[in-house]
Amino acid sequence: MALDTSKNSYTIIFAVIMVVVVGTALAGLSNGLKPLVEANQRAEKMQNILYTLGFNENEGESDVRKISTDVVEEEFNKYIKAQYYIQDGELIEDDEAYLISLPKEENKLRRDSEYKRRLPLIVAEKEGEDVYVIPLLGSGLWDAIWGFIALDKEMVVQGVYFGHDGETPGLGAEISQRYFMDPFEGEHLLDENGRFMGVEVTKGNQDPRNARKKDHKVDAIAGSTITGDGVTAMIKNTLRMYLPYFKSLKE
Amino acid sequence: MRLLSKRDANLILDPLADNNPITVQVLGICSALAVTAQLKPSIVMAVAVMFVMGMGNIVISLLRNLIPPKIRIIAQLIVVATLVIIVDQVLKAYAYELSNQLSVFIGLIITNCIIMGRFEAFALGNGPWESFLDGIGNAAGYGIILIIVGTLRELFGSGTLLGFEVFGSAVEGTGLYALGYENNGFMVLPPMALIVVGLIIWVQRFYNKELHEDN
Repeated sequence: MALDTSKNSYTIIFAVIMVVVVGTALAGLSNGLKPLVEANQRAEKMQNILYTLGFNENEGESDVRKISTDVVEEEFNKYIKAQYYIQDGELIEDDEAYLISLPKEENKLRRDSEYKRRLPLIVAEKEGEDVYVIPLLGSGLWDAIWGFIALDKEMVVQGVYFGHDGETPGLGAEISQRYFMDPFEGEHLLDENGRFMGVEVTKGNQDPRNARKKDHKVDAIAGSTITGDGVTAMIKNTLRMYLPYFKSLKE
Repeated sequence: MRLLSKRDANLILDPLADNNPITVQVLGICSALAVTAQLKPSIVMAVAVMFVMGMGNIVISLLRNLIPPKIRIIAQLIVVATLVIIVDQVLKAYAYELSNQLSVFIGLIITNCIIMGRFEAFALGNGPWESFLDGIGNAAGYGIILIIVGTLRELFGSGTLLGFEVFGSAVEGTGLYALGYENNGFMVLPPMALIVVGLIIWVQRFYNKELHEDN
C-alpha cells in the first residue's frame, strides 16, 4: 500500500509525532548537560568577580582575559573572605551569595511588592584591605546589561566588569572593552560631604585622560548614548540600595 | 575496489572548488563574515556546520518518502533547528568560552541557506549515503573558505594563529615588530572579510574559465 503523504490527516499526525520526538530528545539532552553548563556559568561568575578585583591574565593594552577556569575556584576561595546578602537591612552570611540571580529577585519584587529583595555582597581581601564586590543589573538599548563593581569602604571604585546580552556590536557592546571599563577605576562615588553621586557616563569630555577621579564622570562611547545612560542608571540604582550598609561600615 | 565510486567522490569534491557554496553559489556569506576574525571560531563553525549538514541530510533523506509535501519546509526547519540546538548545548557544556565567542552565530546556522538548499535540492531526492556525502562535501566547501579567511584575518590582523604569536610579540616589540611591522587593524573588522572573500572569488575565476558567465 502506497502511503498517501498529501492527505491532511497524515500531515497532522506526522507533524505531531515529529514535534513530540524532537521535543523529548532535546529536553533529555538539555537535562543531561545541565550540570556541566551550570558549572561553567558558576566559573564565569567567579572569573568576573576576580576580574573586578584586578586578578586577570591581561597582557596587552586592550585584552580582557579572565583568569583561567582551571584555577578560578582555588583563587576565588583564596581571595574571597565572606559572602553575604542583605535582606531588609539585615546582613546574612551565605556561601553561595554570588549565585543569587538578580533578574529573579527583581521578578519576585515585581510580583509581590512586599518582598524584600536579597542584595548580594561579596567581601574580598586585597593587599590587606577589605574590598566589596557588588553585582549590577540594568538595561541597555536592546536587552539587559550587567556587571560587577568592586568598591573599598569609602566607595571608591577598585574595578568594574560589564557584560551585556545583546547590545549593538561596535557601539553599545563596547562597554565590555578595556578603554571603557578601565577609567572607572579610582572614581569616587561619594562627594566630599558623603552624598551619593554615582558615576555618570557622559559626553562633552573635559577630561580625556580621566585624571579627575572626584568628578563622578567617565567618558562615554560615541554612538551608544542609551547603553551609556543604562550603565549610569545601573550603578546608581543598584548601589543606592547598599548605602545603609556602607554607612554602617563607617561607624 | 575503490572506497567511493566516481559519482560519490564528485559529491564531495565538487563543492570544494568548482561548485563551492560560498565563492560560486554565494550562499552563507553572513556567517562567513561574522566569525572569521580569528581562526579558532572559524574552525569550530566549520565543524558545527559539517555536523549539522551531514546529519541533517541523512535524516531528511531517510524521511524523504514520509515527509508530507505540504509541510516540507517546516519539517526541514525542525531537523536543522534540532541539530543546531544539540551543537549549541554541547558547546555550552564543553567549550563555554568558545560558545560565548560564537554567541548568536551557532543559532544562526539555522538560517544558513546552504543547509536548507542542500536539504531541498539534494536530500529530498537521493539516498542517505549520497546525501551524507553531499552534506559533508558542501560543509567542507563552506568550511575551507572560512578557514582560509580566518587564517588571513587573524594572521594579518592580530599577528597570531590560534593565539600563537607568529610574528613575535606586538606588546614587547620582538620579531617582525622590532623591524617596524604593524598589525592591520582593518583585517579584524567585518568589511575586510567581504574583501577577502571577494579576492578569493577573483583568484578562483581567474584560473577557472568555466565559471565565467557569457555576455
